[in-house]
Amino acid sequence: MTLSSADYSAIWLTLKLASLTTVILLVIGTPIALWLSRTQSWLRGPIGAIVALPLVLPPTVIGFYLLLALGPNGWIGQLTQSLGLGTLTFSFAGLVIGSVLYSMPFVVQPLQNAFSAIGTRPLEVAATLRANPWDTFFSVIVPLARPGFITAAILGFAHTVGEFGVVLMIGGNIPDKTRVVSVQIYDHVEAMEYAQAHWLAGAMLVFSFVVLLALYSSRKTKAVWS
Amino acid sequence: MIHTRLKLNYSGFSLDVDLQLPGRGVTALYGHSGSGKTTCLRCIAGLEQAEQGFIQVNDEVWQDSDKGIFVPPHKRALGYVFQEASLFPHLSVRANLEFGLKRIPRQQRRVDMAHATELLGIGHLLGREPQNLSGGERQRIGIARALLTSPKLLLMDEPLAALDTQRKNEILPYLQRLHDELDIPVLYVSHSQDEVARLADHLVLLSNGKALASGAIGETLARLDLPLALGDDAGVVIEGHVSAYDANYQLLTLQLPNTELSIRVAHSPMAEGQALRCKVQARDVSLSLQGVEHSSILNRLPVTVISEIGADNAAHVLIRLNAAGTPLLARITRYSRDQLGVHPGQQLWAQIKAVAVLA
Repeated sequence: MTLSSADYSAIWLTLKLASLTTVILLVIGTPIALWLSRTQSWLRGPIGAIVALPLVLPPTVIGFYLLLALGPNGWIGQLTQSLGLGTLTFSFAGLVIGSVLYSMPFVVQPLQNAFSAIGTRPLEVAATLRANPWDTFFSVIVPLARPGFITAAILGFAHTVGEFGVVLMIGGNIPDKTRVVSVQIYDHVEAMEYAQAHWLAGAMLVFSFVVLLALYSSRKTKAVWS
Repeated sequence: MIHTRLKLNYSGFSLDVDLQLPGRGVTALYGHSGSGKTTCLRCIAGLEQAEQGFIQVNDEVWQDSDKGIFVPPHKRALGYVFQEASLFPHLSVRANLEFGLKRIPRQQRRVDMAHATELLGIGHLLGREPQNLSGGERQRIGIARALLTSPKLLLMDEPLAALDTQRKNEILPYLQRLHDELDIPVLYVSHSQDEVARLADHLVLLSNGKALASGAIGETLARLDLPLALGDDAGVVIEGHVSAYDANYQLLTLQLPNTELSIRVAHSPMAEGQALRCKVQARDVSLSLQGVEHSSILNRLPVTVISEIGADNAAHVLIRLNAAGTPLLARITRYSRDQLGVHPGQQLWAQIKAVAVLA
């Protein structure tokens, strides 16, 4: 007994979703984390809380609101329809949007911690050495926050792989489009195909363990700011 | 010429200064912690923005709040040395030094790598990582890194404060070399009178966000109306020129500026005409009505009494003296003052027990 072609396609779809989500999250999560780590604005609290919401909300709640927003009568749905894109519910694009929101805190929080730990001094030093803000970002902030970026990418990826509730709510269960590994396992169990469920579930278990092992083993010494 | 006018208010602290500072040499911003000296420096660098400010360095305006001008720090041609060296931990020593250098267009570079590393004695450290350096070495790299941006103004924020005495003494000669060999004006923040006396040409005394005094170092240190004079280490700085050297007794004769008067100090040989800076502490100066001939005290100068104030303890007074144009301070007991009948305009002899050579 090995994996079926439907299983392989679910694995491929899951990896594609997690990779895309991680890339998008690094791009939009970095400025959010940078802002949260530097701002004195009163908005810091509310924005921080919104970003952290997926940590505590049941995925079905996020999925439910996304379903409404992305659907034909939702404001995002109206927008995508007027742009000729149709609605994003029950599509891969819809899954990406859901995953980005759902995994956001797992990317933003490690980055925010890394940026806070750098402090303001290195940025001031860079400025007095003629580096403009973009230059400072790439030549000082990114290298100093590298462990934070690695943690953020791993957690964002792994958490997206482990997603189930949001997918089911907004993506449904369409082979090759929205049926990811977690949903495929659910299907196998529903169909009493325990052997196949075992293969996939076991693979997920090993994958998650290896990822976390890599993460926790890599946290050795931190560079000392001197 | 450096013109700085700054007004700013934090909760519980306000800074209000208007300073015209010389565009060459070392200017010390001296004061206790909380006096506003570091804030002043950060505003000049643009790391903080004074609500109302005007900052002009030679012909460049860096801030003019009336006209809405605020040049961000990375566009100001300045070098900044922080209290902690603040080297980038992810870069080697060489890469730290090159960080600023490679962001300066080639035709604007006036300090090159060879010159900066030689000046601060760090050539052997280039391949090392910042983590493996001593505090003194790190700070020398920090100074060289700032110099390599070829700044038009070098700002130093207590660069020695985080170091122990031994490391301080290791760095001070390098700072003196900068002063002697580079034509870059320096603003030097410090709360150490010794550092100020050794390095500065011009002194700004800050207290509670206000400038109490701004002037040439010798005159400013000798002023009795400033809290500077009250401390136990009160004294004056004399900058004279070497007029003779007695190799037998290893004594240097130092001619005071614009007069025939001279003092003699124990020192290694120096060529005639060279400038030498000394500090004379008020507690090392005694007064007498006649020049005492037979005494182990080498230096006797005819002086005129200018004024007196009470010292920080009731038994002493401080007397400000004029030695043919060179100001001196003497700290004597109130009893001696009454015995000698010290009064302004009186001609006396000042005996100087010790002269500390600063450079």
